[in-house]
Amino acid sequence: MGDCPILAYALKRLVLAIVIISVAMTLLFAMIYLIPGDPAKVALGPRATPEMVESLRVRMGLDQPIWVQFWRFYSGVWRGDLGIEVLSGRPVLTVVLEQLPYTLALIAGAISWSVALGIPLGCIAAIKRGGWVDRVVGIVSVAVIAVPSFVIAIYALLIFAVSLRWLPAIGAGEPGDLGDQLLHLILPSLAVGLGWVGYIARMVRASMLEVLEASHIRTARAFGLPENQITYSYALRIAILPTVTLLGVGVGQMLSSAVFAEIVFARPGIGKLVYDSILTRNYPLVTGSVLVTTAFFVFVNVIADLVIGALDPRVRSGFG
Amino acid sequence: MLREPLGVLGISLVLLVVLGAVFADFLASADPSKISPRNRFSSPGFEHLAGTDQLGRDLFSRVLHGGQIALAVALGSTAVSLLIGMVLGLIAGYGPRWLDNLLILVFDAMKSFPTVMLALALVTLFGPSLTAVVVVVILVNVPGYARIIRTQTIALKSAEYVTAAQSMGASTARVLRVHILPNVIGPLLILASMDIPVVIAIEAGMSFLGLGVRPPTPSWGAILNDGFANIRESYWIVVAGGIPIILTTLGFTFLGETLRDVFDPRLKGR
Repeated sequence: MGDCPILAYALKRLVLAIVIISVAMTLLFAMIYLIPGDPAKVALGPRATPEMVESLRVRMGLDQPIWVQFWRFYSGVWRGDLGIEVLSGRPVLTVVLEQLPYTLALIAGAISWSVALGIPLGCIAAIKRGGWVDRVVGIVSVAVIAVPSFVIAIYALLIFAVSLRWLPAIGAGEPGDLGDQLLHLILPSLAVGLGWVGYIARMVRASMLEVLEASHIRTARAFGLPENQITYSYALRIAILPTVTLLGVGVGQMLSSAVFAEIVFARPGIGKLVYDSILTRNYPLVTGSVLVTTAFFVFVNVIADLVIGALDPRVRSGFG
Repeated sequence: MLREPLGVLGISLVLLVVLGAVFADFLASADPSKISPRNRFSSPGFEHLAGTDQLGRDLFSRVLHGGQIALAVALGSTAVSLLIGMVLGLIAGYGPRWLDNLLILVFDAMKSFPTVMLALALVTLFGPSLTAVVVVVILVNVPGYARIIRTQTIALKSAEYVTAAQSMGASTARVLRVHILPNVIGPLLILASMDIPVVIAIEAGMSFLGLGVRPPTPSWGAILNDGFANIRESYWIVVAGGIPIILTTLGFTFLGETLRDVFDPRLKGR
């Protein structure tokens, strides 16, 4: 393992992440290559002359042999060049990065409210183990995990926006008006986060029960420390760790839910971008945004693993 | 397991959905795809139990027939993913080390695509279809199943009765089939039953986006999409599309959780 185990571990995870992203890139390249029809022809539409198609083919590099195309794509991506968007001629990366903050805001909103609700719920369920609170939290957690987020999104839209008219239904709010933007964030983040309240509550409950049995907690009890102090400052601190990993994996799933939430609430963001670009056959935009989200997802997973590794030495040695 | 109230609720919900789908033609006499312009947006009532949609199609009939699609896709694609996951898991667990490492890398890479992104990418390639839905389900499920089988296989590989069988000259195929497979299949089936709601959500979600089942085939996701497009005209289309999805996912989840707790408490907290 070397002199510095945490560094070796970090390096290993990083290499794995790069390999995974490379595999993803290869798959995406194969995908573009396999799409039936000439991308240049598709981009220009049926009324384009052969000369126009030919010139776009040259501009897109489609006249080169496959390995040259592959190399261009591959080396381009590492330099941050994801190609040119077909409709407006702007760089794909710029377009994607414009939309990313909206999705990140949505995910951040979903994480904050589901953590704020899920941790106390799981904690209470663990302390009152077997009681009615525990049972109710258990059943509700399973239920909100099971129901797909897009159904929740549509029902939230129907109830709170269409019927009751309490909250706005469409868009992300006026740029610059923070209150309006937050108002527009409520329903989508409700839909994205609801299942996560259940996940987090269950996870915190399970690890809390485990930690409360641990010997250092017993020792603290034997020393006569107040029960509240034992629960909240000794046990919860450790019981929260698995939640960090869970959230690391969770960001990827939240991306999936975010796609639906963005479409249902007509909210700008990376999910709506991919969806719209599939409908308009804007393939460079599709592959570019899929690649950026995948890289983002892999990266978040690495960070979650490293945080856990730093907090809990057992994980490092287990992988070393 | 019938002593668990949640398990009973789960079984009842699953039975309700299965019976509804199996006897769809019998229970709902209306043709699920018959367009009737005069009956557009009829609210639920005696003639149309769940109302009609923007084309005047009977929603009750569409919901029941949509159940056939949902269950067929869920059971069919889960079975295929189980089979592929089992084979790959056995190969990774029992085969040479380099192959194991390679397969693990492939599984990790497959899991590193966010599901919806994977679905969107695949639909770009193949076009919207039921096949695309099945392929997405397989790609999402196989890595998990294969990993479980692999871990169990590695644990069993050095078990005494397995080495004993090997030393008596049993072929690799026989060892895998007779000695290892029966021991790994139980937990796998429980996990698969717990994944059914996820598969149903994928089918409904893709059909909702117009990337799955093609119209006019009834699918819960497609009904939800019709309702979403007309949400200001009528609430009942959205209700008709969403309620069966909620009931089915809840039913299978409660059932799966109970099965797991009763038969294999070790899997708890997965």
